Amino acid sequence: MFPELNNLLNTTPDQAEQGKLTLLCDAKTDGSFLVHHFLSFYLKANCKVCFVALIQSFSHYNIVGQKLGVSLTTARERGQLVFLEGLKSAVDVFFRPQEEPHPLQFLREANSGNLQPLYEFVQEALKPMDSGEAAWRCPVLLVDDLSVLLSLGVGAVAVLDFVHYCRATVCRERKGNVVALVHDSGDAEDEENDILLNGLGHQSQLILRAEGLATGFCKDVHGQVAGSKLCFGSRSHYCMVHDLN
Amino acid sequence: MLESLLALGGLVLLRDSVEWEGRSLLKALIKKSALCGEQVHILGCEVSEEEFREGFDSNINSRLVYHDLFRDPLNWSKTGEALPGGPLEALRALCRRTDPGPVTIALDSLSWLLLHLPCTTLCQTLHALSHQDSCHGDSSPGEQVHVLGLLHEELHGPGPLGALSSLAQTEVTLSGVMGQASAHILYRRPQQRPTHQTDPTTHLTFNLHLSKKEREAKDSLTLPFQFSSEKQQALLRPGLSQATSHIFYEPDAYDDLDQEDPDDDLDV
Repeated sequence: MFPELNNLLNTTPDQAEQGKLTLLCDAKTDGSFLVHHFLSFYLKANCKVCFVALIQSFSHYNIVGQKLGVSLTTARERGQLVFLEGLKSAVDVFFRPQEEPHPLQFLREANSGNLQPLYEFVQEALKPMDSGEAAWRCPVLLVDDLSVLLSLGVGAVAVLDFVHYCRATVCRERKGNVVALVHDSGDAEDEENDILLNGLGHQSQLILRAEGLATGFCKDVHGQVAGSKLCFGSRSHYCMVHDLN
Repeated sequence: MLESLLALGGLVLLRDSVEWEGRSLLKALIKKSALCGEQVHILGCEVSEEEFREGFDSNINSRLVYHDLFRDPLNWSKTGEALPGGPLEALRALCRRTDPGPVTIALDSLSWLLLHLPCTTLCQTLHALSHQDSCHGDSSPGEQVHVLGLLHEELHGPGPLGALSSLAQTEVTLSGVMGQASAHILYRRPQQRPTHQTDPTTHLTFNLHLSKKEREAKDSLTLPFQFSSEKQQALLRPGLSQATSHIFYEPDAYDDLDQEDPDDDLDV
């Protein structure tokens, strides 16, 4: 995790808040560093993490995680991390009997369908522990990323419904956290993505936005991170410009 | 400001954005209604009941009835806890509620309903919901139904926004500048019907009035081309009246009547 981000958010793994939806978005830059930050942050905070990783392979996240001080392999082996590797399991969908439910079942359907199987996977992965197993701090769902679901043909309302159910179960019922990355299409006028981004914006307690610098590319400073926190009905803003390489 | 927003009754639309959220204003209006002794029904789609009730004291909370569409709106859990019939049936059930007295219905949010229901169905149901006082014949004019709808502007196109806007008696748009929130309020007052008609024939320099005798003469006048039963009889019995017409012509000195060529006198 990046200490500078912790300072910006005024938090540490020991003091992680619970019951929150955090929206990560990026515009004209790659915001995946925010995903790596929160993955290592919550693993260090001793939370049980369900990571729906649709963009990169397990080894990619593991390599970056090791640079940030966590081992995904170890976390997975001891049951702290449930990892859905989208790139690998997407292929499995087509080589198994249709009756067996699969989290990425929507890939097989002609209509855009809904994400209920994916929600049921998350619900199962983060269900409360039996008394015999190690107690984790709180459940966390991390998604990288939601925009790719739109590219795969799922409608914006279906993605919002999926996040709604995850919020109801993970945040409200089990007092955990949900962190999801959505790309901001900016001037590209992607209506579905705008509905998704704004819809999630209304539901989020914290919005972290990574943007490229307005002045263009710079060798030393990669961009800026702007934060917006919902507190008692109003949003407070803060901004950080840094080299997060 | 809160009293004026609730004064007109009908649908009050609260338009907010990610930057300027409107749920606090919705809760303030609910609190105001509850303090006035109204019962408040909330159709909660976006936040849990626990989260919504935060900030209200027990006196206010006892007047709030929360219809929970947050926990399982699409019946995915199949535990039987979901509201039967889904969001549309939950909304229609609010129309059918029969408790007496003034009531406020809060929809949190209209955006969620608009994303999950067809716009026309939602508009029809909203119209029925906000005009309930005209359906109950025995309710007094003072018992209004207030419908408060929270709408996230950025999620909808101009068509649905315009349709909802036309249904609203009051519209509040939240915005702000430099960290200071502001609300733009639009009232649509019902059109005043005239209580009396002024007589346009007064104060004229000429007389348009008829005396009694003039009026009788006017009413008894038979118009020349009006097909009355007398005229019909006259035409059906040609023998009784003059059947042929005859032209009596007296030629003067300048006429040169030539039966062979009647138009010979024309200089053509």
